[in-house]
Amino acid sequence: MAKSKPRVKAPKKAAVGEIVTIKTLISHKMESGLRKGKDGNLIPRSIINRFTAEFNGQLVFAVDIDPAISANPFLEFTMKATESGEFTFTWVDDDGSVYTKKSKMTVG
Amino acid sequence: MKLNRREALALGAGALFISLTPFRGALASLTEDEIKAFTGGAAVVEDDIVTLTAPEIAENGNTVPIGISVDSPMTADNYVKRVRILAEGNPRPAVATMYFSPLSGSAEASTRMRLATTQNIIAVAELSDGTYHMAKAEVKVTIGGCGG
Repeated sequence: MAKSKPRVKAPKKAAVGEIVTIKTLISHKMESGLRKGKDGNLIPRSIINRFTAEFNGQLVFAVDIDPAISANPFLEFTMKATESGEFTFTWVDDDGSVYTKKSKMTVG
Repeated sequence: MKLNRREALALGAGALFISLTPFRGALASLTEDEIKAFTGGAAVVEDDIVTLTAPEIAENGNTVPIGISVDSPMTADNYVKRVRILAEGNPRPAVATMYFSPLSGSAEASTRMRLATTQNIIAVAELSDGTYHMAKAEVKVTIGGCGG
């Protein structure tokens, strides 16, 4: 399949104590492993099975994903801004690929 | 034996109910097993702490937007640890497990999920004090989202 492309919408600036919203999306077919192909055989499962969001190395939010999440998995979550730093978003594919994206945020 | 319309309808409804019961039972118990696996057998309270936002009617079961929100101060000693999302009527009820931290600021998240048919979605939240809270929402699905 085409290489998965992660996209992130996170604020670049925030006030101290502000709760910011982060939206992420990655292009992925999220094949559930329950569908049958034209030849009548099951199409093997291939999904993004884990997502994590870290800020300055500290875990903010993570999801264990099951096949019931839609294709091109979208996730929206929040973080309390306390200091400036960098987000690291990580997606783990069933095939072992790991996709990451970084985004800086200035607080104050 | 002659049936009038009313009796015939009642019979039909009865037969339908009986034929559906074991099916629903099997699926519901799968979901119960998932909840037990998540809580380790601890009691789950269905209350207002957890809010599950989902559309009443989803035209396309392939992408149903859902949101969860747990009422919590999200401080270092009182926060939401995990939220398990389950769909009772899917071939496999597991949808996702979300992990929060005090850094999250609020226990709110949303995503998009697949629904095979009209069913209940369940969110079970584990708080840092070890209690479990649950919310349910019914979604009517026009076109199922599990391919074919």
